[in-house]
Amino acid sequence: MATLQSLLMRIFYAVVLLIAVLVLNFSMMHLAPGDVADTISQSMGGADQEILDQIRADYGLDQPFFVQLGSYMGKVLRFDLGYSFFYNTPVTELILQRLPATLLLVFTAQILALFIGVILGVISARKPNGIASHFVTILALFGYSAPVFWTGILLLIGFSLNIQLFPVAGMRDVTIEGGFWVHFVDIVRHLVLPVVTLGSIFLALYSRLARATMMEVLGSDYVRTAKAKGLSEREVVYKHALKNSLSPVITLAGLQFSAVISGAVLVEAVFSWPGLGTLAFQSIIARDTPTILGILFFSALVVIIGNLLTDIALRFVDPRVGGKG
Amino acid sequence: MSIPPIIPTEETPKARHPMAEAWEMFRGNHAAMVALAVLALIIITAIIGPDIYPTDPFDMVWAPFSPPGVDGFLLGTDYLGRDLMAALIHGARVSIVIGVAAAFMSVFIGVTVGALAGFYRGWVEELLMRITEFFQVLPTLLFAMVIVALFGASLPMITFAIGVVSWTAVARITRSEFLRIRELEYVTASRASGAKNGKLMFQIILPNALPPIIVQAALMVGSAILFEAGLSFLGLTDPNVVSWGQVIGSNRQYILDASYTVTIPGIAIFVTVLAISLVGDGLNDALNPKLRQR
Repeated sequence: MATLQSLLMRIFYAVVLLIAVLVLNFSMMHLAPGDVADTISQSMGGADQEILDQIRADYGLDQPFFVQLGSYMGKVLRFDLGYSFFYNTPVTELILQRLPATLLLVFTAQILALFIGVILGVISARKPNGIASHFVTILALFGYSAPVFWTGILLLIGFSLNIQLFPVAGMRDVTIEGGFWVHFVDIVRHLVLPVVTLGSIFLALYSRLARATMMEVLGSDYVRTAKAKGLSEREVVYKHALKNSLSPVITLAGLQFSAVISGAVLVEAVFSWPGLGTLAFQSIIARDTPTILGILFFSALVVIIGNLLTDIALRFVDPRVGGKG
Repeated sequence: MSIPPIIPTEETPKARHPMAEAWEMFRGNHAAMVALAVLALIIITAIIGPDIYPTDPFDMVWAPFSPPGVDGFLLGTDYLGRDLMAALIHGARVSIVIGVAAAFMSVFIGVTVGALAGFYRGWVEELLMRITEFFQVLPTLLFAMVIVALFGASLPMITFAIGVVSWTAVARITRSEFLRIRELEYVTASRASGAKNGKLMFQIILPNALPPIIVQAALMVGSAILFEAGLSFLGLTDPNVVSWGQVIGSNRQYILDASYTVTIPGIAIFVTVLAISLVGDGLNDALNPKLRQR
């Protein structure tokens, strides 16, 4: 019961955060030089003051700030994020077309980084001077210091241009024909390099934390007790210690969602991945304000949902979480 | 009648300045010392390099795609026949200046928010931490892209955008340090002897909270440089100023013809940020008294 209540609190709080994002979005749009009337008049090849005023009245831009804010919120509630004059499409439709590609990239990178990171962490905690441990250290130095778009280009040069192992750009090959599995394999081949580029940074982060917590847990009393009971090293590590070293790593992963999306923007730009990042990049060049702000809103939504999922995952791993509300 | 001077005897150990002790600790860390030397070299290049190597990075000086070392251009030329060496030297200034200025700004915001939250507690803390969480929900790069796209891609605006999206870590560290230190006895003693809140916060607590903030500030410079590189790679930069990320972004279509135009500026960014993070690690060991006892 307490768990359900605290979960409801989290959801309520997530909604408040989303409203705050909307207010921020609207204020920035309001403060920025140029408005919809300017955009429309530009696409018509210029207009005089009378027509500009007419357009502003039509779009309600002559109303006071809070009235406009209210009508903006009302529209968003009906999933209306405005109209993209550049793509001639409603922004929501545009974003929903691109969202699956970004979600695929972001969640694959996060889950693989978390999974491999924990395994690497456990191996290197058991052998602090082994190969895995050195690999984690080097990966951490590289992952923090190398610009992610540069790493992506290097991988592209190495694995797509020099040895043509993976496709150069995009998410699927439109010339391919066949059943579900043919398309599945095609998407996976396109996915490999972007996921490796994006995931390696977070892999470094998670494996380092997993190594540190695992070493701490392995030195604790209950692990010694478990060993004294005569359990094998394997059983102690995977049945007892692992569960307790998981929750800090999952907490960290939850906090990284916004960083993963930031990284995804650059990775998408390098690999022409047809997701939100590429859309953001294109609409910024085209000065398409409604689309840009819509993307910011949706990415905040993805981060908030990611945080909620992390919270739920934590409750499964660690029953102490959530009890106190 | 005069007071006899206190003559230190042989046995009295000399009290050493804490900074001297930290410097000794730092000097023992070879990786950090090498990194510091590399960093000094890069900073000197950023300051005087453009005067020593005055070739305009926007000038077409030779045939395009002349490889490094051939025809007298140490790092070759790019797709427009511009000298890559000039771009790196002139770009160093932009990267370093934006990195330092943005880090300074985010440390300023972060310390102010964290100090107020940790010192006053109660609803002030609640409100400020909610605001911090709000900034953590927005993907930093996208948020900065939006600011730069809406308000113009000038260098001050880019610096502002990076600073305003990346202060949350500093705020959290400052707050937790303040929460810890405000309960210590010497703070209670100062409060009892009538110190005002402002004095308590900035003269008594803050100096003692500084070590982890300094380490974080050093790391912030590195991540701000990466941030600027990312923005200019995407083309969100002042088109009249050359920067490392921008060189990579403008040459990336030509990686088949001349991959060095992309790899070399990337190495410059990588080495700079790596040097900064190694110096940060060294500072962390030198300034953290708990680690020192090990």
